[in-house]
Amino acid sequence: MHHPGTNNKVYKKINDNFEWSSENFKKISEIIKKYPSNRIQSAVIPLLDLAQRQNNGWLSKNSMEKVAETLSMSYIRVLEVATFYSMFNLEPIGKNFVQICRTTPCWLRGSDKLSKVAQEVCETNIGETSDNKIFTVVEVECLGACCNAPMVQINDDYYEDLDEESFKKILQDLKDNKSIKVGSQIGRKSSQPERKFDA
Amino acid sequence: MLKEKDKIFKNLYGFEDWKLEGAKKRGIWSNTKELIKMGSEKIVEEIKNSQLRGRGGAGFPAGLKWSFMPKDSGKDHYLVVNADESEPGTCKDREIMRNDPHLLLEGCLVAAFAMHAHTCYIYIRGEYYSESSNLQKAIDEAYANNLIGKNACGTGWDFDIYLHRGAGAYICGEETALLESLEGKKGQPRLKPPFPAGAGLYGCPTTVTNVETVAVSPTILRRGSKWFANLGSANNTGTKIFSISGHVNNPCNVEEEMGIPLKDLIEKHAGGVIGGWENLLAVIPGGASVPLLPKSICDTVKMDFDSLKEVQSGLGTAAVIVMNKSTDIVEAIARLSHFYKHESCGQCTPCREGTGWMYRMMEKMIHGNVEHQDIDKILDVTKQIEGHTICALGDAAAWPIQGLFRHFRPEIEKRIQERNRRVA
Repeated sequence: MHHPGTNNKVYKKINDNFEWSSENFKKISEIIKKYPSNRIQSAVIPLLDLAQRQNNGWLSKNSMEKVAETLSMSYIRVLEVATFYSMFNLEPIGKNFVQICRTTPCWLRGSDKLSKVAQEVCETNIGETSDNKIFTVVEVECLGACCNAPMVQINDDYYEDLDEESFKKILQDLKDNKSIKVGSQIGRKSSQPERKFDA
Repeated sequence: MLKEKDKIFKNLYGFEDWKLEGAKKRGIWSNTKELIKMGSEKIVEEIKNSQLRGRGGAGFPAGLKWSFMPKDSGKDHYLVVNADESEPGTCKDREIMRNDPHLLLEGCLVAAFAMHAHTCYIYIRGEYYSESSNLQKAIDEAYANNLIGKNACGTGWDFDIYLHRGAGAYICGEETALLESLEGKKGQPRLKPPFPAGAGLYGCPTTVTNVETVAVSPTILRRGSKWFANLGSANNTGTKIFSISGHVNNPCNVEEEMGIPLKDLIEKHAGGVIGGWENLLAVIPGGASVPLLPKSICDTVKMDFDSLKEVQSGLGTAAVIVMNKSTDIVEAIARLSHFYKHESCGQCTPCREGTGWMYRMMEKMIHGNVEHQDIDKILDVTKQIEGHTICALGDAAAWPIQGLFRHFRPEIEKRIQERNRRVA
């Protein structure tokens, strides 16, 4: 199953330049302060995350080299971290990164149906990016919202208590550039037990 | 059922304000200075007396763990809070962090003081984006109100809390892998000894502990270890957040007394099994790693560490995954095998190779596409993985499969016979 975050190859087709934006440059000095001054390598995950956000959701070779330079690390140490953690994408992704949870608690409540819906609406296969670059759809392992299963993460946000219909609507709205509601789609507050809610 | 007044997590569902003002109304940060004044030895003593066991899965006595921290090592001490909640079925720490973050922060101060630590790192899983932003806002509020920082709460104790986001690796929930990750490396577990209490983060004395364990500790000190120890039964005391997911009418997180019968938990809080109790097939009682239980055991079993151990399972993180008779039980476990294959860090050969092999085998078993002797072969392989790896991920990958064959072996044998008949 393909996933840009579990890919171990450095993407070579684009060779862009990467420089920190001035805003991120300020953030970096704040992040580094969290760790003892001789241990700034600890900041490699937060910095890779920043770099990925600045670089449209994926890490190019140049961006990883920049992180290495910023933290006085060798490039290979940064690369091994970037390949180890599944949240770092090593190839370009679409505007909406749709991650469908496939592990047992979500599967019991119908996550495989969501995968089908996503492939239809986004017009792409699991693990791939749509031709118009609006969607990348992947299946991922447990995202830790099992009491709100089935659920999907799109970019930073969780969409919970889904069914085929509500998920289809979310994806269609994203396609049409409409705003969508984050969190539970049946109007319940976090993981409360009651099913009767005031909407 | 747990009485409302005995609940520790009063804002588990986020109906009330999670920010400082709301937290203070719930009694958080009310007399923290007095708690700290008890002194570190007394705090550890109280936690020991409460018989609180770690809520992260292993159930190690919390007071004992805290007491392992040296008194004057001459090095910096660290408290590391494990918020890398990724065990399938588990979503309790998430609710604490987004709906009651100050409960956790106050616990951090108390626990860190008890183990002589001036610094605390909270390692939260990277996917929890909105949870980490709530937590960061709570940390900023606590700094602004001098509840943490220099001279925290006016106690004379300097205390810093930093939030560190992970990047999507289940293995970083293992304490030494978490420390590696926090040091900016791949999250591969370390050999023990040395234990983190001797040489942990940056080679300094460190205690890694679960969010829920830390969050309950100030309430225990406030209300007394006796109150906590009187809930549940001896050695399995207190309250616990149960995450109930899968085939129930109302999946939810709920705080209950330890030792509540599984049937009560499902019927009273989660609205019962879909299709009724008689439609129950099996339950995984403590997160993906523990062996499943068939209905006959679920009828009577109590939800605590020792009762579940007696039936060859475990409480783990108290994540109850319910499966009714519509479930393909073999595929349910095969999905878990896929999870472990995906999450193996690749350091130890038995786990790296074994999880992949077991997944491929389980995948074939769904359709009965194996020979009868393969059942014994896969069980033999699980035994060869279990206990032969640095961390417990190997064990965790082996146990669900062992549980499946312990209780559902005839089901797979039936599938093999059916398939043989089809082919012949």
